[in-house]
Amino acid sequence: MRIWLRHHRQAFAAALGKIAAQRASSAVSALVIGVALALPAAGYTLLESVRALTGRMALDPQLTVFLRGNAARGDVDALAARIKSDPRVAASRFVPREQALKELASVEGLTDVVGALESNPLPDAFVLRARDPDAQAIDALATDLRREPSVEHVQADTAWARRLAAVTRLARVAVLLLAGLLGFGLVAVTFNTIRLQILTQRDEIEVSKLIGATDGFIRRPFFYLGLLQGAGGGLLALAIVWGTLALLNPQIAALAASYGANFRVAFPPAFSTFAVLVLAAALGWLGAYLSVSRYLREIQPR
Amino acid sequence: MISFSGVSKRYPGGQEALKNISFAVQAGEMAFLTGPSGAGKSTLLKLIPAIERPSSGSVVVNGQNVGALTPAAIPYLRRHLGIVFQDQKLLYDRSVYDNVLLPLAFSGVAPREAARRVRAALDKVGLLGREKANPVQLSGGEQQRVAIARAVVNRPAVLVADEPTANLDQESALRIVEIFVAFHQVGVTVLIATHDQGLAARFGQRILRLAAGRLASTEAGA
Repeated sequence: MRIWLRHHRQAFAAALGKIAAQRASSAVSALVIGVALALPAAGYTLLESVRALTGRMALDPQLTVFLRGNAARGDVDALAARIKSDPRVAASRFVPREQALKELASVEGLTDVVGALESNPLPDAFVLRARDPDAQAIDALATDLRREPSVEHVQADTAWARRLAAVTRLARVAVLLLAGLLGFGLVAVTFNTIRLQILTQRDEIEVSKLIGATDGFIRRPFFYLGLLQGAGGGLLALAIVWGTLALLNPQIAALAASYGANFRVAFPPAFSTFAVLVLAAALGWLGAYLSVSRYLREIQPR
Repeated sequence: MISFSGVSKRYPGGQEALKNISFAVQAGEMAFLTGPSGAGKSTLLKLIPAIERPSSGSVVVNGQNVGALTPAAIPYLRRHLGIVFQDQKLLYDRSVYDNVLLPLAFSGVAPREAARRVRAALDKVGLLGREKANPVQLSGGEQQRVAIARAVVNRPAVLVADEPTANLDQESALRIVEIFVAFHQVGVTVLIATHDQGLAARFGQRILRLAAGRLASTEAGA
């Protein structure tokens, strides 16, 4: 056990030594990996923020049922009972036309417009919340309510929320594909740098095999090298994402504020940060593993 | 300690390097393996650390049938052998000290103990003062002594050397063989291959003579 630990410490030190000895090329490899990983990481971060936004909207399954202006009191009461007894409706609120006008008048900029009206053009309305936030369920409920005789119009604005959700789903798949491709690239980059490293250390490997080094002993430093290179690239990718967000977020917030919205791209949470690092290190290790399995076998001393 | 029985080695392509070789070197014995170049000396020595495998017959080293070892077991066999290669196989990207340290890293010797053993090995070959030098700065004889120090740093019971005196002047060559004799005197089993019959004869040890892949004669030591 002590020997095993010592071997790992030695291999780790050897890998660090190699990185230190080839600072420039190690830095370039880490940079390549870092930039490659920064793209999907940034995309993912952006998507998470947008998803949080659309999630909030989709979770607000609100329908507005406008009644005919000539609807009789009895019909309105019947409809209220009908809505209350519908199991698909979670909550409902009756908004009399007078109140609707008052609410409209309280909206900034519309006060004067409302004051200029001779009569109240607004109908009575029910505002209800569907139990099932799914867009299809909301549409079905809206269709049923439209059939009621006293209903003039049902507004269930699920369409644009659905469109946005579809776009984010699409973007999500695209980011995943990008991440897959660039992850593959990371493995390829590590594969190649480890291959070069094996070739430059050919003599050492050959001599080591001849005088009693196990294959495990010879492989270990290369695994650590791949691992460290991947982790270094991951760290760089995170730094790029954080730096970019720090620079862009004030601008994004200013832009959103001009639309009266409060939106900024959230920094990746600790878990995602950790996941990116672990994934990058694992892919680096994988590249090293493939390279070592492929090229170390070729070095058979004679 | 080393025993060959009915060993033949045929390389792919049909060339038969060794034909039906049988001999044994006892524990603590020193022997020379002589013969002209191409007689099969290197091939024979390569069978001992399982760098090559016999086509038929068996090679037993330290009680282990070397030809039957699994690839995973070979490193452990090699650690218990001191091997001096024909081309020395030193690493020129590191100091003499680090060259000798290399085998100790594999077996996981503690750093302080390793440093002690490396100095002891360099001391035995008379190179203690050159430990920081790069092997390229050393003469041919000195490089050969570094290779010997690396071979003995793990304190092997068996020492095998392939042409350790090739390309050396008479004086350096004698010095090298004397180092091997000194190890033999403290109980190490030593087998040295050399094409130099005169040199082999000077030390009064057993001589195995190879010719065209066959064991032509054996001379008992004085």
